[in-house]
Amino acid sequence: MSRQKTILFACGTGIATSTAVNVAVTEAMKKRGLTFNAQQAKATEVPGLADNVDFIVATTPISASVTKPVIKGLAFLTGIGKDKVLDEIEAQLRK
Amino acid sequence: MSDGLMQLLDPEAIVLGSDASTNEEIIRILAGRLETLGYVKSTYADAVVRREMTIPTGLPLERADNVAVPHTDPEHVLKPGIAMGTLKQPVTFANMEDPDEKLPVGFVFLLAINDKDKQIEALQSVMATIQNPNALDGLRSARTLDDVRAVLG
Repeated sequence: MSRQKTILFACGTGIATSTAVNVAVTEAMKKRGLTFNAQQAKATEVPGLADNVDFIVATTPISASVTKPVIKGLAFLTGIGKDKVLDEIEAQLRK
Repeated sequence: MSDGLMQLLDPEAIVLGSDASTNEEIIRILAGRLETLGYVKSTYADAVVRREMTIPTGLPLERADNVAVPHTDPEHVLKPGIAMGTLKQPVTFANMEDPDEKLPVGFVFLLAINDKDKQIEALQSVMATIQNPNALDGLRSARTLDDVRAVLG
């Protein structure tokens, strides 16, 4: 890993569920020995911000115009399928 | 089984076994409590109802009674708070991740959030409760505040 990657966490308001997901992912990745820069935004702001981040973790649908990888973050709210999503995020961070 | 959520819930903002039959009805009941208690502005209820239509907050838990976490933008919030409602019969909310999918919801956590950096603990506490099937089962049968306290500590 030559440079620290940036994850954009997105949800409807940019402050509620994206905060919960950001915290959960940060803690889990720390355990896996990985750190990253985090940004948070409303889903509607993602198309304008996507160019400056490596990938997106979102709890709401993201515009199809976004070409960066979008990982679904709902698992961190429901607890269902969390490990699989963490593996996906780890793979993106290690790219 | 303690998720610490009880310390964050205003007892006056807990509604158990509501007869509400739509998501709008339960949102307005809970928002009314938060408004009376001084947590949110009079614009909050409308803002949450409107937002729920376009950016829904139902969370699929693979249960007959799922959870929804309605909320809205910080400008409608005066101070952070959480209201909780349980429903006698589930009402329909759309899935946050897939708004075309409708979910039966038996538990509503209405969030009044205005500063993400200071409300991480509250959000984590709500999420821990959502992810704890025993806590949800306990809340479903709770009829008094003491019942709720026994579940949420």
